[in-house]
Amino acid sequence: MILAVDTSLGTAVAVIDADGRTVAEASTPDPLGHAEVIGDLLAQVAQPGITHVIAGMGPGPFTGLRIGIAAARTFALGRGIPVIPIPSHFAIAQAADIQGRFAVVTDARRREIAVSVFDGADADGIPHLVLPTRLEKRGAELAEPVHEVTELSASALALVGARAIAAGRTLADAEPLYLRSPDVVQPGAPKRVSA
Amino acid sequence: MTTTEPLVLGIETSCDETGIGIVRGRTLLSNTIASSMDEHARYGGVVPEVAARAHLEALQPSIERALAEAQVNLDDLDAIAVTSGPGLAGALMVGVGAAKGLAVSLGKPLYAVNHLVGHIAADIVAGDAEPIEYPTIALLVSGGHTSLLHVRDLTTDVELLGETVDDAAGEAFDKVARLLGLPYPGGPQIDRAAAGGDPKAIRFPRGLSKASDLERHRYDFSFSGLKTAVARWIERAEANGEEVPVADVAASFREAVVDVLVTKALAACQDRGVPRLLLGGGVIANRRLREVTLERAAAAGVTVRIPPLSLCTDNGAMIAGLAAELISSGRGASTLAFGADSTLPVTEIQVSPA
Ligand SMILES: [Zn+2]
Repeated sequence: MILAVDTSLGTAVAVIDADGRTVAEASTPDPLGHAEVIGDLLAQVAQPGITHVIAGMGPGPFTGLRIGIAAARTFALGRGIPVIPIPSHFAIAQAADIQGRFAVVTDARRREIAVSVFDGADADGIPHLVLPTRLEKRGAELAEPVHEVTELSASALALVGARAIAAGRTLADAEPLYLRSPDVVQPGAPKRVSA
Repeated sequence: MTTTEPLVLGIETSCDETGIGIVRGRTLLSNTIASSMDEHARYGGVVPEVAARAHLEALQPSIERALAEAQVNLDDLDAIAVTSGPGLAGALMVGVGAAKGLAVSLGKPLYAVNHLVGHIAADIVAGDAEPIEYPTIALLVSGGHTSLLHVRDLTTDVELLGETVDDAAGEAFDKVARLLGLPYPGGPQIDRAAAGGDPKAIRFPRGLSKASDLERHRYDFSFSGLKTAVARWIERAEANGEEVPVADVAASFREAVVDVLVTKALAACQDRGVPRLLLGGGVIANRRLREVTLERAAAAGVTVRIPPLSLCTDNGAMIAGLAAELISSGRGASTLAFGADSTLPVTEIQVSPA
């Protein structure tokens, strides 16, 4: 059985069995409050016999995204099982059931969207990413039909994870898909305080 | 659960240290700290997003290191503990997520606790010393907080007497270090620069120490006016074409900070009739602060306790230690519903008890 955890949009967790069937699923679409709900949602689906944990790696607003990844990692650590990072947009593409090229779009805040372009599935049954994930201004004209969502299915994420495991493929780095650098500026010279 | 000597793993991510601690009752088994301080150095202060990213990277390896050092397995644990607040929200949330994942995975109870009260618990797991006596006054000074507490009982009764109304003392050190062209973190730099300086050379203001301020802010601190006074002093010297006497400025500034911290802490001891003072927080590394505290406390008949520095800075052992005390006193676990609370009041020692 495979557990998937994703906090890139709302909070979603699911367990699928060896045949890809959903055994247990729990989620909330709330784009905030990931830290508050992650424990209870996990407790609803946690069970013996989980062999892998899939972590949704974003893109997503920094703060929430990390909570699911942290929980996925420690859950795996607690069971002594591997954690496999999968980009969250793959789960959306997996569940989309759209023919031809299309753009998975999620909100990236600050009037921007995160865009990943997919086209069908590859030989391993994994959604075929044809253009890497990028940020665009909200309202930007995209070349592909747009599939925008505010929620994703953790079962679909688990399914992509299962296929990546079966094919021995790595779809994401251990680092989350942040897409932005931290907002910091190097300090200049101290400001004068005297008039 | 073994309630007398519970084996607890504590997770602390409230600022820039990823701390994992393991205790068995009051015995410290591991105090593992991964710091992102170097990554903040070029920004002159802790950048919350940088800290949160670093926590996520450091957590799992830190937990593994702590377990190896303590020579225990996750299955052996009686409970998991985590800092719920106060601290940087985004940083805290990484720890909360990790703690919940681990607790649910293992089916172990989870204790969400208060970071500031954790600083007091640090003394309990410090070993060899006699157990801490209550009530005690506690002065917690770091880059993130400057708080004066009256601790009647660690697990049930902690009162906030006062805190900083603007900058934390550690922040003041960082900012004045920058004024003097010294790198981050400022504490050790100011200390080094102050060597050989005359602490009485310049009389910098003591924040919230005037009679009129003392009425309303007897135990509160303010360091932003002091920082401005230092800046003004340096600018005037430069405008007059004088060379800035860095050692004297550093020593005099440090003296002003130390003076106000110690004066208010000892006033609390006196007012409350509590002849005990516990120090905590990273700024306790400042040698002058320790010296002046010990000197003036001795004169006032106040006993001072200073945990080892590795337990004064933010760490997971103090979080585990506090949870172990909660368990030993019969308290049940927290529910899983808590979040990160960046302004958690000190009176909330355990968050979300069942
Ligand atoms: Zn602290």
